[in-house]
Amino acid sequence: MKNSNIQLIDESGKRVDGRYPNEMRRLRIEAGVLKNADGSAYIELGNNKIIVAVYGPHESTPKYLAEPDRAVIRCRYSMAPFSVSDRKSPSPSRREVELSMVIRQALEPAVFLNEYPRTMIDVFIEVLEADGGTRTASITAAAVALADAGIAMRDLVSAIAIGKVGGRLVVDLNGLEDQYGEGDMPIAMMPQLNYVTLFQADGVFTPQEIEDAFRMVADPIKKIYREQKRALKKKYVDVVREVEKSE
Amino acid sequence: MPVYVENRQIVVPGELIADKNRFRVEGKVYERNGKYYSKVLGVVFVDKENKRVNLVTLKGKYIPSPGDLVIGKIVEVGMTNWTVDINSPYPAILPLTEVFSKPTSVPRSELSKILDVGDIIAAKVVAFDYARDPLITIKESRLGKIPKGLVVEVPPSKIPRVIGRKGSMINMLKELLGVELVVGKNGRIVIVGKDRAKMELAALAIKKIEREAHTSGLTDRIREFIMEKLNELGGGSNEKQ
Repeated sequence: MKNSNIQLIDESGKRVDGRYPNEMRRLRIEAGVLKNADGSAYIELGNNKIIVAVYGPHESTPKYLAEPDRAVIRCRYSMAPFSVSDRKSPSPSRREVELSMVIRQALEPAVFLNEYPRTMIDVFIEVLEADGGTRTASITAAAVALADAGIAMRDLVSAIAIGKVGGRLVVDLNGLEDQYGEGDMPIAMMPQLNYVTLFQADGVFTPQEIEDAFRMVADPIKKIYREQKRALKKKYVDVVREVEKSE
Repeated sequence: MPVYVENRQIVVPGELIADKNRFRVEGKVYERNGKYYSKVLGVVFVDKENKRVNLVTLKGKYIPSPGDLVIGKIVEVGMTNWTVDINSPYPAILPLTEVFSKPTSVPRSELSKILDVGDIIAAKVVAFDYARDPLITIKESRLGKIPKGLVVEVPPSKIPRVIGRKGSMINMLKELLGVELVVGKNGRIVIVGKDRAKMELAALAIKKIEREAHTSGLTDRIREFIMEKLNELGGGSNEKQ
């Protein structure tokens, strides 16, 4: 049960980890970290550490899953046994199965699926360390991994959660706020097209608060998008620099 | 402003490239509200004089197209056909009728004597329409089994770079190293030669081309690289003058 005695936001408006309500945690993304996968990405959002691998498009296995006019995305979100403080059983939990679906549905609108009929795209998400907001961080990293694999996409997908603690809306909940706060609202968007691909809400929000949340999310989404772009281009820009230096 | 990107800029999916009508935009782009956006992680080549923009992807799988020369690997021997891996999401089919020009009946046990699992072949795509797996042939001249050589894989989108403008890059590799190269559109290249060290050097050069494909002045840099390595290899025996 929620413990209302825990103070998640102090008199000066600072949160448990010293952030302001509209401040997100430190974000770092790296693209192409795995050699064997077609595309990959590693993300650190605060204490979250997630690695994503993309395989495909490849021949549909099993064959009966293939769609005649489009590619099928298979997504697996899984938490490592050491990702949380109590050992997590390695078998997929109900939560992981649901998150796999939710993440897949957040990514699907961004991919030109009908460019690859009868094929399959595999997205493997491994959470190495979890501290609130893994689904949004996973979506952010998965979009980078898909682009890194050279798959045709309309736009990248950037995601972040808006939450409610101490009666106030805050950006990017950490584990503690997620557990003891009043609400959690993960939002995934295609930043250039301005489309929302995932919107969930856990907790009670007034219509006004939901409107405010969407206004609040614009800035962090922009920041995430910039980092995604930087990560994707880095490998290639580095080669250009190296070449220019040698001349 | 009709073009929003610079020449040789790296773009990510969803990045705005150019306005419609003012420029001719080719390659991996899509159109929305009278503007072109990038579809993939790629490089844009802007030709301001001719008002052309071309977007080339940096990675991705091979999509078969009729007429393409591909390097395939036999993965399965069937009753009357072979299944060939052509480095694509779609496995290719090589039927018996595309191997012999005359109608022949070969018993099933003999099929693997002609081409067996693991064999490397140079083939041509005959037909592909997404609904069925691509059909390939080895009936034409210079197609068929490649008995010996070194296979190198690069992203298919970088093959034009390996060939170079009017074959400049590939001819240079052939000339400097005395090797023969069979370049498949599917991103596989077979290096055939007598000198193992030179074949390996050709493979290294191709890997360097892959890594630096989006930079300019590449042909000269590769020439330098090969000359340097050749000198290391030994003894100046490769100098022409």
